[in-house]
Amino acid sequence: MSLNVKKDAIIIKDVTHTYKTETGLLPVIKNLNMSIPENGFTAVVGPSGCGKSTLTKLISGLLQPDEGEVYLSGEKITTPRPTVGMAFQNPVLLEWRSIIKNVMLPLEIVPNKLNLQQKEQRAKQLLSLVGLKGFEEKRPSELSGGMRQRASLCRALVHKPEVLILDEPFGALDAFTREDLWQVMHNLRKEEPFTGILITHDLRESIFLADEVIVLSGRPASKQFFVKVPKSKIPKLESLYTSKSINMLKSLRKQIEIAQSLQEQNK
Amino acid sequence: MRHFLVPLYAIIIFLVLWELLVWANDWPNYKMASPSDIWPAFWKFKVLFFQYGWDTLWRTVVGLFIAVLCGVFLGMIMGFSKVLREAIYPLLVGFNAIPKATVVPIIALMFVGQHDLNTVLIAFMISFFPIAVSVSIGLSTLEPEYRDILRSLGASKSLIFWKIALPKTLPEFFGALKVAVTLAFIGTNLMEIVSPHGRGLGALFDSGKTNSDYPLMFAVLIALALLGIGLYYVVVILEKIFAGWAERSTD
Repeated sequence: MSLNVKKDAIIIKDVTHTYKTETGLLPVIKNLNMSIPENGFTAVVGPSGCGKSTLTKLISGLLQPDEGEVYLSGEKITTPRPTVGMAFQNPVLLEWRSIIKNVMLPLEIVPNKLNLQQKEQRAKQLLSLVGLKGFEEKRPSELSGGMRQRASLCRALVHKPEVLILDEPFGALDAFTREDLWQVMHNLRKEEPFTGILITHDLRESIFLADEVIVLSGRPASKQFFVKVPKSKIPKLESLYTSKSINMLKSLRKQIEIAQSLQEQNK
Repeated sequence: MRHFLVPLYAIIIFLVLWELLVWANDWPNYKMASPSDIWPAFWKFKVLFFQYGWDTLWRTVVGLFIAVLCGVFLGMIMGFSKVLREAIYPLLVGFNAIPKATVVPIIALMFVGQHDLNTVLIAFMISFFPIAVSVSIGLSTLEPEYRDILRSLGASKSLIFWKIALPKTLPEFFGALKVAVTLAFIGTNLMEIVSPHGRGLGALFDSGKTNSDYPLMFAVLIALALLGIGLYYVVVILEKIFAGWAERSTD
């Protein structure tokens, strides 16, 4: 694998990470190598508990790898940095703030030159992009689960991060809401280009959203399989039901089964 | 308007039933005073009621204020550090398990003659526990994602506390404060009843006892109840202002 430090926004090089638990060492990631080009969007799938969330913590700098290095835009990561945006399965909106104030939160922390009016402008622009125009002053408790997740995506993007980390952001939503949000993601990518990594359990979601899907082996995780997904200009849900997509889903499914059985053996 | 009328009717019905109960059983007022006995008792000592009511009120509020400061401080320590929580918790529970009525004479002897100080101290001691516990639980149960969102942006620990941990704990804090308000009143009165030559509604109650003025004793109880209701609703208003977001609309 050739690493192009200039071109690749995220590089994970020979990363190994082990948790120390009371019962001993628990290796979660072993010799993982992957890279995501600038403005690329990669989905990571794998069996439950295979270290996918650990991977997001390593990229965001919340954790340091025991071995190996993580680079963002050519710089080695040693601490959290404000050029990262995150969204989780739980939208973790602050209940005491209005939606727009929630979206503006990163702008209160990350150093920037925007004044209050510009910050509001920026938040409003993103909210209307995800279809939340008119909900700026509502409280999170007044919104549905899908709407809250939309707001959470806006918060992750408001400070124009270099890297967007999505840790199963649509996992708790019903199937139709999830499909709506897939379209929202495509809209966002078109209007607000970002480099993204998506952790998911949903194979259809992975091939619909990402340019590349990586299957991690069972714990300790390393790269087991990857597939490039050709993207049409206007992604449609129907494209998931073409024979090409179905074959891709079948082979991914197969890889997941292999990963699961490997994880079972390693127990 | 309904919010005001419903409780008012409930109080009136309660007073009528009380009056009927005493009248039907033909109880003398040393067994159970009726509401109609209480008003004259209050009127006779109205100046003392206001003076002593004020004493009881400010002592309770000061004790409560100290309890909030200490409770929040202890709660923060226990909420942020697991080691300190394990260290302090048994002490705190043990201290709380001691009936405060037994502490009253100890405090009274420790600071002889300093009646105000003694009273405030007992009010504080009896009421800080729920505040400390609720703040520590509120802080220690903060979902890690909340912290990660801010930490991944490079926020400092104090920034995370002010932006997230503190506001998120407010509903629990006010819930505990409502409990603490009534506890603080109990503390104040314990000391006022026991202290010789004391002031405050507790002392008035005690003088009713020594003079066999039973309607006066009942009138003091009613006055205490009224003060308690008043202070409780002050907390409710503060809660509405600072933690109103936690209340879901019912319609």
